[in-house]
Amino acid sequence: MNIHLTPPLDDKTIEHLRSGDRVSITGVIYTARDAAHKRLVEALESGGPLPIPLEGQIIYYMGPSPARPGRPIGSAGPTTSGRMDSYAPTLLARGLKGMIGKGNRSQLVRDAIKRHRAVYLAATGGAGALIARTIKKAEVVAYEDLGAEAIRRLEVEDFPAVVINDIYGGDLYEEGKAKYARR
Amino acid sequence: MDLPVVILGATVREIQAHQITEAVSRLCQEANFDLPPDVLDSLTHAQNIEVSLEAKDALGQLLENARIAREERLPLCQDCGYTIIFLEMGQDCHVIGGDLYSAVQEGVRRGYDEGYLRKSIVNPPIFQRSNTGDNTPAAIHTEIVPGDRLRIVVMPKGGGSENMSVLAMLTPAQGIKGVVETVAAAVDRAGSNPCPPVIVGVGIGGTADYAMYLAKKALLRPVGQPNADLQIAGLEKEVLERVNGLGIGSQGYGGTVTALAVHVETYPAHMASLPVAVSIQCHSARHKEAEL
Repeated sequence: MNIHLTPPLDDKTIEHLRSGDRVSITGVIYTARDAAHKRLVEALESGGPLPIPLEGQIIYYMGPSPARPGRPIGSAGPTTSGRMDSYAPTLLARGLKGMIGKGNRSQLVRDAIKRHRAVYLAATGGAGALIARTIKKAEVVAYEDLGAEAIRRLEVEDFPAVVINDIYGGDLYEEGKAKYARR
Repeated sequence: MDLPVVILGATVREIQAHQITEAVSRLCQEANFDLPPDVLDSLTHAQNIEVSLEAKDALGQLLENARIAREERLPLCQDCGYTIIFLEMGQDCHVIGGDLYSAVQEGVRRGYDEGYLRKSIVNPPIFQRSNTGDNTPAAIHTEIVPGDRLRIVVMPKGGGSENMSVLAMLTPAQGIKGVVETVAAAVDRAGSNPCPPVIVGVGIGGTADYAMYLAKKALLRPVGQPNADLQIAGLEKEVLERVNGLGIGSQGYGGTVTALAVHVETYPAHMASLPVAVSIQCHSARHKEAEL
């Protein structure tokens, strides 16, 4: 089964998502990695304005390779999410509903996902050329000086992802591992 | 006959620095676009034997990704890596028209620019962390070997898998069991982070730094080719079975293939030491080589 998601996401949509579900996203998502997260959270802490909306939005942990001429983007797969763990709860508290990356999240982030009714999704790590095909448009909207780490606004079509952490405490990494572990 | 000239003419071969630059530039690009055939075969085999449907599907995506990358000259992964370069320099080889390391760095600079590869290196590593803008410097390992050739291996390695590296200074009493446990624990702790299915490079012996170097070098062996030493090959098999029993699977979705292979390299150790180094390579096991 494939669940279609179109941001901004609301609580009702989030309630339907369970770990292991496959989703495909169409619409606008934003990219941010380590350096952009640091600036976003610093901006929030100092009470300044944010360069992107958070309410209902999805952030994709990704820094693309440069686009060849005539292309919207280069290779564009997920980076390791754990490095964003110290920032994620702050953004979730401000209305962020979805995060796309790869790799497991800390307990603090998983708790924040439950508390703020959000979802953590994984895209296939190391499939950047394949994923790039679902990105129709990319535009740097903030922190241009960060290069690959700048915040981009992406228009995606049927972007494929899998639900890792849901609001019910589900965790595909733990569930999958438990199913196949030989003791 | 002029004796010194004869000796020089007979034994020293000249290589132009620009040839090195051109080779490195080409290898950086090829490595990022074209997954080696042994890696593709290994992923296909994994797809055939994997039991978990989610993991099987992920493996299918990786194979499809490799096809697109090769056909469209798009990087296999947006993380075009830290450029690790292994040089085997024949002692009878003489670089002219520039110095060796500058020629190599220029090749990296050119390859990452021409190939539209992502530049991921920041300096200083702490404090400002500003991007160097051209993916230099590469990390260069040089060995001087007999002969008059220069062998260049380019291995772009992503940060996600490199961050999962482990070094353990075991006591000799911890022995084989300690080695197996150390490697299994490293892969287990890494979980889904290093983009499994992984290749596990293990360096045993030497000193702390040398064990780490061996672990990295072990990753260059064709995937799944056992160590020539039967005892070590047996250890590789034991560790692989242990690792694949963890259940992590491709992408961490759960499955029976967490690692495609375990490669162990050894070196004599101090009688007080049993260093064990683990270098984890993601499924995008990129490397290309050339000989000048």
